[in-house]
Amino acid sequence: MKVRAQIGMVLNLDKCIGCHTCSVTCKNVWTNRQGVEYAWFNNVETKPGVGYPKEWENQKRWNGGWVRKPNGKIEPKMGAKWRILAKIFANPDLPEIDDYYEPFDFDYGHLQTAPEMKAFPTARPRSKISGERMEKIEWGPNWEEILGGEFAKRRADYNFEGVEADIYGQFENTFMMYLPRLCEHCLNPACVAACPSGAIYKREEDGIVLIDQDKCRGWRMCVSACPYKKIYYNWESGKSEKCTFCFPRIEVGQPTVCSETCVGRIRYLGVLLYDADRIEAAAAEPDEKNLYQAQLDVFLDPFDPKVIAQARADGVPEAWLEAARHSPVYKMAIDWKVAFPLHPEYRTLPMVWYVPPLSPIQSAASAGALEMDGEMPDVKSLRIPVKYLANLLTAGNEPPVVQALERMLAMRSYMRAKTVDGRIDHRICERVGLSAAQVDDMYRYMAIANYEDRFVIPTTHREVVEDAYDMRGSCGFTFGNGCSGGRTELGLFGPKKRSRADTPMEA
Amino acid sequence: MDLNQIVFGVYPYIALATLALGSVIRFDREPYTWRTGSSQLLRRKQLMAGSVLFHLGVLMIFAGHFVGLLTPIAVWDALGVSHGAKQMLAIVAGGIAGVFALAGGALLLHRRLFDPRIRANSSFGDTAILIILVTQLILGLATIPVSLQHRDGEEMVKFMNWAQGIFTFRAGAADYVADVPWVFKAHLALGLTILLVFPFTRLVHMLSAPVWYLNRRGWQLVRTRRVLPRRPEPAAPVYPNTPAVRPSTPAQQLKAAE
Repeated sequence: MKVRAQIGMVLNLDKCIGCHTCSVTCKNVWTNRQGVEYAWFNNVETKPGVGYPKEWENQKRWNGGWVRKPNGKIEPKMGAKWRILAKIFANPDLPEIDDYYEPFDFDYGHLQTAPEMKAFPTARPRSKISGERMEKIEWGPNWEEILGGEFAKRRADYNFEGVEADIYGQFENTFMMYLPRLCEHCLNPACVAACPSGAIYKREEDGIVLIDQDKCRGWRMCVSACPYKKIYYNWESGKSEKCTFCFPRIEVGQPTVCSETCVGRIRYLGVLLYDADRIEAAAAEPDEKNLYQAQLDVFLDPFDPKVIAQARADGVPEAWLEAARHSPVYKMAIDWKVAFPLHPEYRTLPMVWYVPPLSPIQSAASAGALEMDGEMPDVKSLRIPVKYLANLLTAGNEPPVVQALERMLAMRSYMRAKTVDGRIDHRICERVGLSAAQVDDMYRYMAIANYEDRFVIPTTHREVVEDAYDMRGSCGFTFGNGCSGGRTELGLFGPKKRSRADTPMEA
Repeated sequence: MDLNQIVFGVYPYIALATLALGSVIRFDREPYTWRTGSSQLLRRKQLMAGSVLFHLGVLMIFAGHFVGLLTPIAVWDALGVSHGAKQMLAIVAGGIAGVFALAGGALLLHRRLFDPRIRANSSFGDTAILIILVTQLILGLATIPVSLQHRDGEEMVKFMNWAQGIFTFRAGAADYVADVPWVFKAHLALGLTILLVFPFTRLVHMLSAPVWYLNRRGWQLVRTRRVLPRRPEPAAPVYPNTPAVRPSTPAQQLKAAE
């Protein structure tokens, strides 16, 4: 047993209202620059839909993630190391920017400078790449917002696998949900494995996956290897960039920007302890449907004295062990089992987990009666097909998703009995395999969701690893050399010079 | 000092020194600018065929020039390869690789000059180096008809003597190429210029060719800032009444904290 700690995230999709505040605040902090204006480290998709970039879940097209070979070992779907190197001159698995969208801006200046005209002046779109006029915008980062576009196109959603999808194209049967996505900071990251430069690495202390910008050479294999398409090639700097899990904030105990600004309070951050020795076996689990359970088995009980002793021996700080015992992520993912990894079949062991959404009772309107399973509505009659959620969260394995939905419904029934009827109904809890205390906890964490319950983040032990005295007067997070933006007036090297600074850093 | 001496006797040293020093300085000072500069994300068209042809061709040409010019003539003689045979090998293999590279280079240059997206995002250096490389390929292929005029390979030996003379600091190396046809001289001079501008262009990415990747054990990389257990340090002598000094290395800090 080799105990490691990672900060994981849970997103409670049951409460996501699709407001995009996470995406916008993330963009303002991280990707408000030329070269990554098309990149959204965090984006919110409306499902069902093909998503951003188009069909990112279709690994037959993009070759992302891992595959299990007949000999029981795993290797990136792109192939063995020599196969990956063979793609270095031209990578057939790399999306083009149009698969994301061509970034554009509007000619706002024209509104002020237009001469007197018969028609009202308009601000027309212009490409941010070529600077040319765009007559028509064909696609955007959120083109399918609230089921935008024809169903026939959204029908290509990979999660419809095994679902009789066509009836969901009818207005009466349609369903939707939001899916906020960010880097999964996987336990078995495919991007790290595919980077020939060795620039991408996982941080041992907190599990955050980062790209060393000085070591990245722009071979762009990571973009293909990541099945979530959450690595973006900065076409201006020629380096890949990704979600940093806001590590400068995490290190000082603050939540990530997306979590902090989430108005629906759907995001949770907490420590998970895992056994690094079990990762390889879990990722190589033969049956895809068991991958969810295999991943659960990697995590360790933070209350177990043996785990605690080993964690101390492996150098996990005491504050992290304490945080692990209060981790909301542990409670939701492992204790109550209401949160699931996104697409475990990619075998990356993702560390951003999702609580599946409840949805309106589908048959109630048409039949005039609810299909009841005892006192609770049957989750099979929920508007979002369970199979669809299972394809998204458990590689098609339905029972765990059904159990999670039932537990969430049970929580509602239980709280209704408690607050309206004034009685504690133990029966409801027992039927879904929880105790009343656990359901009370679920209510506290998932419905009330106080700030200090959602974010339990131990600070990094800087005093051990870093001499802060040497960092006095330095610039914090920058590209290039020290305080410069990596681009100087007299610079002989580097990318194309621009006439004006785009970020405060360059001014 | 005549022009021939300057271009083929002095200029090589300027070019090679700039290549070496410039690359080292850039790697050390500007690691953020050290990249391939791939534009595949912006436009896939023409790159897939162009880039593969170009790179494969150039790699073959590079290997051919390296081995062909710098292997001592005595080695070839010992191997029993006649000068004429070596020249034919160079003409055939180099010709095929050159056509590959030129076809790819032409595709890439067309794309760079005429695709609006790529053109708008090309620096002067990106376009210039591609034009220089394509010109060099054309010059290189243009030497083939001249070489076919004298198949005994003695013309080629001149270049081997010159190149090896330069690398072994022999005075008068430039004299070997004083009377070769102009197309060779142009090819040599432009080749030296490519070495000269190398550190200032995207060409530096070839120094980072990730062949070491094949040697990586396993797949994953983890970095830690924690102080990992290491060899116990030799016991430091203890001097009484020394003022406390701030510990400097992490290991010392840990020791001090204990």
